[in-house]
Amino acid sequence: MARDTRAELRLLARDPLLAVLLAAIAIAVAVFVVYPLVRVLLASFRVDGVWTLQGYLDIADRRLYRNALINSLGVGALVGVASVVVGYLAAFVMTRLDVPGKTILHYVTILPIVSPPFVSAVSILFLFGFNGLVTRQLFGIEDFSIYGFHGVVLSQIFTFAPIAYLSLRGVLASISPTLEDAALNVGATRWQTFVKVSLPLSLPGIAGAFLIVFIESMADFGNPLVLAGAAFPMLAPQAYLEITGSFNLSRGATLAIVLLIPSLTAFAIQRWYLSKRQYITVTGKPTASSSKIVSTPVKWLLWALLVAFALLVAAFYAVILVGAFTRVWGFDYSPTLAHFAYVFDVGLQSVKDTLIVAIITTPISGLLGMLIAFLVVRRSFPGRATLEFAAILPFAVPGTVVGIGYILAFNDRPLLLTGTLAIIVLAFVFRYVPVGIQSGIAVLRQIDPSIEEAAHNLGADGLTTFRKVTLPLIAPAFFSGLVYAFVRAMTAISAAIFLVSANWNLMTVQILNQVGSGRLGVSAAFSVVVIVVVLIAIAIIGAFVDRWSRHTTMVRHP
Amino acid sequence: MTDPITITGLNKVFTSPDGGTMAAVKDVTLEIGAGKLVTLLGPSGCGKTTLLRMIAGFEDPTSGDILFGDRRMNDVPPNRRDTAMVFQSYAIFPHLDVFENVAFGLRLRKLAASEIEGRVERVLDLTGLTGYARRSPNQLSGGQQQRVALARSIVMEPRVLLFDEPLSNLDAKLREQMRVEIRELQQRVGITAIYVTHDQIEAMSISDEIVVMKAGAVEQRGTPHAIYARPVNRFVADFIGKANFVEATVRDASTVDIAGIAIAVADMPTRPAGSAVTLLVRPEAVRLSCDAGVLTGTVRRVMFLGNLAEYLVAVDGVGDWLVDCPNPAETGLHAVGEIVRLDPSPSSLHVLPA
Repeated sequence: MARDTRAELRLLARDPLLAVLLAAIAIAVAVFVVYPLVRVLLASFRVDGVWTLQGYLDIADRRLYRNALINSLGVGALVGVASVVVGYLAAFVMTRLDVPGKTILHYVTILPIVSPPFVSAVSILFLFGFNGLVTRQLFGIEDFSIYGFHGVVLSQIFTFAPIAYLSLRGVLASISPTLEDAALNVGATRWQTFVKVSLPLSLPGIAGAFLIVFIESMADFGNPLVLAGAAFPMLAPQAYLEITGSFNLSRGATLAIVLLIPSLTAFAIQRWYLSKRQYITVTGKPTASSSKIVSTPVKWLLWALLVAFALLVAAFYAVILVGAFTRVWGFDYSPTLAHFAYVFDVGLQSVKDTLIVAIITTPISGLLGMLIAFLVVRRSFPGRATLEFAAILPFAVPGTVVGIGYILAFNDRPLLLTGTLAIIVLAFVFRYVPVGIQSGIAVLRQIDPSIEEAAHNLGADGLTTFRKVTLPLIAPAFFSGLVYAFVRAMTAISAAIFLVSANWNLMTVQILNQVGSGRLGVSAAFSVVVIVVVLIAIAIIGAFVDRWSRHTTMVRHP
Repeated sequence: MTDPITITGLNKVFTSPDGGTMAAVKDVTLEIGAGKLVTLLGPSGCGKTTLLRMIAGFEDPTSGDILFGDRRMNDVPPNRRDTAMVFQSYAIFPHLDVFENVAFGLRLRKLAASEIEGRVERVLDLTGLTGYARRSPNQLSGGQQQRVALARSIVMEPRVLLFDEPLSNLDAKLREQMRVEIRELQQRVGITAIYVTHDQIEAMSISDEIVVMKAGAVEQRGTPHAIYARPVNRFVADFIGKANFVEATVRDASTVDIAGIAIAVADMPTRPAGSAVTLLVRPEAVRLSCDAGVLTGTVRRVMFLGNLAEYLVAVDGVGDWLVDCPNPAETGLHAVGEIVRLDPSPSSLHVLPA
């Protein structure tokens, strides 16, 4: 073993530039991913400067915290199941049925992924709140409260079902329909085929999608903060309130650890157990996408259900758009530009700050993700598995935990970063790099390593190979890494809320403040601005990646 | 420009994650003369590709030395070794067109644009790719992709050319044509070349010398003719071409006994009379006729292959032999069940250890 390590180090030393870069990445991951988590863990065992388990005993003891844990777990499980049902339905319709309007259905269904986390919460307030369009104006109900369990669950299903959809779509697309044809061919009925072939094959994917949604739901901060209400405590907002409301860092840290445990467990199951059980039946040959396992009436029923869901999503966004131009929702429905005037006047600084943060974060996170994927897949060095794990870990760490970790870790010299732009950018870069890494790894594993060896053989060193060969080849993963980093930087709240300051504020935090002070119109206007910026940015990033990967193809000499 | 390659005591041991070890290359010592084309031949898993990858620098030897000329290369990274490798999968850069694929290494050397253009065009011409410069790789046929991979390597004018089963993805006809082209090209540019293959016909048709490998070790090296006609053991004999192995006993300095019948052998190793040996009889070294021959047999199977007829003959007292007869369309075929005489040619017979 030691001999191998020495051999690996010797190989690494032959490419000094890459070795230095690798060391820098390893140190950065240790400092900005692992160290803050360690600080949270340590803080959770310290009450009033004394090492103790008291923090955990308090949580077990006090009803508020016990309920917060139970509520978060319950909501996570329920939202996970519901999102998987909706996501499976959508994925099945999209990958297996020949129905009209698939492209538009796809985009409407994934719209919640690119929007700030409060859009559905604010919509729900517009529709079902105290002055809600449906509850108050339509039915005249006076004593209905949307706050609590049902509000959070409803809002989270709309937020997270699209994630389940995207994940299941990949799973279903990789199961060849010819397997279903084979079952039908040997005499199975349609229902038998579905239950005995299609469903078992997609089961690992279903479990994976459930766990991802569960992790996201546990970590969700915006929806619970807006919709849970005082009577329905949940872990992520509770940790935040302990720190900002009661200035109890230790209690906040303890709650963060309690929040972290189920998320990490789900992550571990997803990564080690399920990843080995994916049935991949892609043959490389395109197969007909239309399935014969549903009868015509069932086909249209499934389609109608998906259309209904898409219409609901569209309605939520329409409400936000209308709300952004409505003077006072519930009382005065006359049109106005006042909310936007506010956004671009009082809120202008936060618009600028958000854009600056997103624009700095995106390329760093995108490139870092591809570089880490390249190193992990194509190079062998001591601690490779550890680096991969640590770099992907933030995916499973709730933003609240990261936020608390960063204020604990970077509040002293020499790493005094609180209140700066750097702390927000660093948090975002390392928080959103795992998606890029994972898609980079997935794409790289499908690319013949001899293509990169050929570059190496022709005289390119490690970095040149990465720049001139690897990166253009994994352009699709690079694109999704960039888009994900940008979207998340524009819409993040759970970690960011701990890191913003008077100097550097973010639009999402503004949205939350506006919701808190009851100005739904302004929050809707902010949301519209965020969504528009995100859509424009996706188009720009797409054009850039496209031009750049084509550019390398078209290098002409002068 | 081009260098001889010296390999001494080279070993490669792979360690699997569970701690087990596997010796892929065992104590290989080789010398490859400047400008020669040497083939590493052997079944899959014999270590030939690992050996080639160590020469290219993609694998690190566990022990032993690799020298180009008199320079030790062990610690030189692959991008500074000045080798050029043609990969089994071609490994063409899919995002670059043909011209840019070929120019890739030259651009890294920061040569002047005009020189790059001139050299690339010359090589495209040499490999018959003129007119394809701006094609994207996915618009090319397998043979054309193969040529791009070849052009990309020779344009570098490397000290050593390395081929890793470059023709195994082509159909039979194209394979034959390409191996002729590779051989002619290598001789024209005169670069030392190492060629890995598991196809013995390819190895024989292309090489100055063949190195036969088995389980990580070199079994025999020699010219194609020597390897075929005078293999050192049964493995080499069997791997290169078809063979009948016959138990025999040494009678005297120029004859062996099989089934009590004396067979003349032209090139006998010195062995005491009465010692047991294995006689190697190549199928084409036996003349089949109705009347003349020292052995008698019965035809059990006939296959007409156009240029030759392949017989399975039950030789009396010996066993089944494969026998090839040339030009059967002209001479006619023996029928199954026919009694035939067999006459092995003494100069083609070869005696192996028992």
